[in-house]
Amino acid sequence: MPNMSQKKNPMPVQDAKLRATNFEEVALGYSPEQARDEALRCLNCKNKPCVSGCPVAVDIPAFLAKVAAGDDEGAYDIISASSSLPAVCGRVCPQENQCEKYCTRGNKGEPVAIGRVERYVADRHLAGSTEAEAPVTPNGHRVAIVGAGPAGLTCAGDLARLGYAVTIFEALHVAGGVLVYGIPEFRLPKRIVAREIEGLKAMGVDIQTNMVIGKVLSIDELFEEGFEAVFLGSGSGLPSFMGIPGENLRGVFSANEFLTRINLMKAYQPGAATPIYRGNKVVVVGGGNVAMDAARCALRLGASEVNIVYRRSHEELPARAEEIEHAREEGVVFRLLSNPVRILGDDKHRVTGLRCVEMELGEPDESGRRRPVEKRDSEFTIEADCVIMAIGTSPNPLLRTTTPGLESNRRGGLIVEEETGLTTKKMVYAGGDVVTGSATVIMAMGAGKKAAAAIHKALSEKKA
Amino acid sequence: MYRILKKRMLNPSVVLLEIEAPAIAKKAQPGQFIILRVNEQGERIPLTIADFDRQRGSVTVIAQTVGATTELLAAKQEGEFIADFVGPLGVPTHTEGLKKVAVVGGGVGCAIAYPVAKKLHELGCEVHSIVGFRSRGLVILEEEFRAVSDVYRLVSDDGTTGVKGMVTDALKELLDEGHVYDEVLAIGPLIMMKFVCQLTEAYGVKTVVSMNPIMIDGTGMCGGCRLTVGGKTKFACVDGPEFDGHQVDFDEAIDRAATYREFEQRAHEETCRLLRGGE
Repeated sequence: MPNMSQKKNPMPVQDAKLRATNFEEVALGYSPEQARDEALRCLNCKNKPCVSGCPVAVDIPAFLAKVAAGDDEGAYDIISASSSLPAVCGRVCPQENQCEKYCTRGNKGEPVAIGRVERYVADRHLAGSTEAEAPVTPNGHRVAIVGAGPAGLTCAGDLARLGYAVTIFEALHVAGGVLVYGIPEFRLPKRIVAREIEGLKAMGVDIQTNMVIGKVLSIDELFEEGFEAVFLGSGSGLPSFMGIPGENLRGVFSANEFLTRINLMKAYQPGAATPIYRGNKVVVVGGGNVAMDAARCALRLGASEVNIVYRRSHEELPARAEEIEHAREEGVVFRLLSNPVRILGDDKHRVTGLRCVEMELGEPDESGRRRPVEKRDSEFTIEADCVIMAIGTSPNPLLRTTTPGLESNRRGGLIVEEETGLTTKKMVYAGGDVVTGSATVIMAMGAGKKAAAAIHKALSEKKA
Repeated sequence: MYRILKKRMLNPSVVLLEIEAPAIAKKAQPGQFIILRVNEQGERIPLTIADFDRQRGSVTVIAQTVGATTELLAAKQEGEFIADFVGPLGVPTHTEGLKKVAVVGGGVGCAIAYPVAKKLHELGCEVHSIVGFRSRGLVILEEEFRAVSDVYRLVSDDGTTGVKGMVTDALKELLDEGHVYDEVLAIGPLIMMKFVCQLTEAYGVKTVVSMNPIMIDGTGMCGGCRLTVGGKTKFACVDGPEFDGHQVDFDEAIDRAATYREFEQRAHEETCRLLRGGE
């Protein structure tokens, strides 16, 4: 009998006051009892609407049924058949816009907490098993992957399982991409990422760090070295700024810089070699996950006041619902329907505040969201000694500017075939932020997965 | 891990390190930079490539011991390793078609100016080198510069070597003597580059400067290295590090370089204390 409770099992979390002072994980994870109870809420619908909402098409009802039956490892096998990074997805996917959005239970009450159960399954697996996946018989073909983020890792995992010899080239000194430089420890512990990457290595995936493809080796040279296909998952690039006065004042940072110092370089830890600017009154501009991460990091670094400034209303905030809720609980103040017009500074070029204007929602724009328009004579100032711009990034320019034959659109995203990820260059595929600009981990994973299938098809046909 | 093939102190506070990095050596060009970490807990710092040897598979960097990381770097010995070394990053110096160039180096900036002077010389360009140091004991690469320069002018702040004065004085002299340069290349402290640019603007001589701002990844991701050039935001790591000096907002760059100064000073003192044996 399904559990007909209209509510999800609540996720146990660290107390809001306490967690706002540390970088330990906020959500503590389900107990086996909670996971089973939650899995029992699944009605096992025949048409599986949830699966159609998952970019990597995990067989959700099947894994929930295993959990309900107490077979956690069986559940893990089902998830990992579709997803290379289950412990990551369970934590960072915006489930409310994907699988859970289509859950039948959501028609009346809350949907099944699919993400939370997925996380439970992955964590149980990581805690329990030490055995790696059985190595597959090599098929004698080599594929190069550029960028060890969600897209590249997923593509690598899928190809390695098919017997390909896969080499990932990573520009930074550690693999993981946005999972290590962008998403904070309190949302995604780095040991989890490291475990997932160890799993790939155990399958035979070779990861070479400190390799900036496009600079130290060109894509053509990768082919000369014997790689038969290349997947580009080099991720997001230059942070966007608003183009308002004062953006280069001291104390203004891109969220990428602020978060990279904290997450990749561990600047929040005592004695760290990398400096971090600890603002007292911090304003974060933007409403996505990156903005939430930056705001919550600023709190944890000791800020007495953190404001998020976003030009639309609560409904349009693009961040995961859980992150918004957590940020609020921790004391982040949301200044919605507000848009910065200039950053104020003192005579030493240090930030002193953010001048904003109030907005109201007008007619819907091309994205279907109501366009925010300025209210007349509504300017106001928020005092600040630190301003963090979290308004997105443009795709990384390194490859498109150094690779002949690789074409990009006017926003700088690589042009690819929707279904395969094939770029305008022969046997070169791409996916993730380098194609789309800032998007989500799971979208990048979906693109990596599609490309892996397309590469396999292309190379199999070549063989035949 | 990257092996240190050679280490030499060029003066008491400037270290030269030749690092084994064959893949980078194969592609490196003057004007480009690398990013390194000394150890597993280290910070990432950018250093401009001072030289490279494609046969030996090595890249040479020269650093002034101005902070914790550069002190740790200088404490490394030949045969030891550094954790990370990545590059070559940034856009190479534009050297084609230049017939007569004044290369202006200030302090440790000479380490970066030298490979460009060398390449220009090899391409048959007339090279006038103007190098400045605070004092005699700090002079680096004198022989190397002389070997590739048609004119070599050495100045020092205190007059203990060369002519007492600033690089701008020497450059002004050469300009007033009637030398017409296709380009002036200025590499050194921000304040020096600013004044060189003020001078050359008055003379209408195109001037290229090499910026070395705060940076983390060096691949166009963090945005820490942004600066204003011609009223637009540019990123030193992918758009530079060299820019048209007459377009650079130096005052802003000088301010931004000071963002972490207090932290850097504390870390530097702490590191020096530890390196001296923790008294």
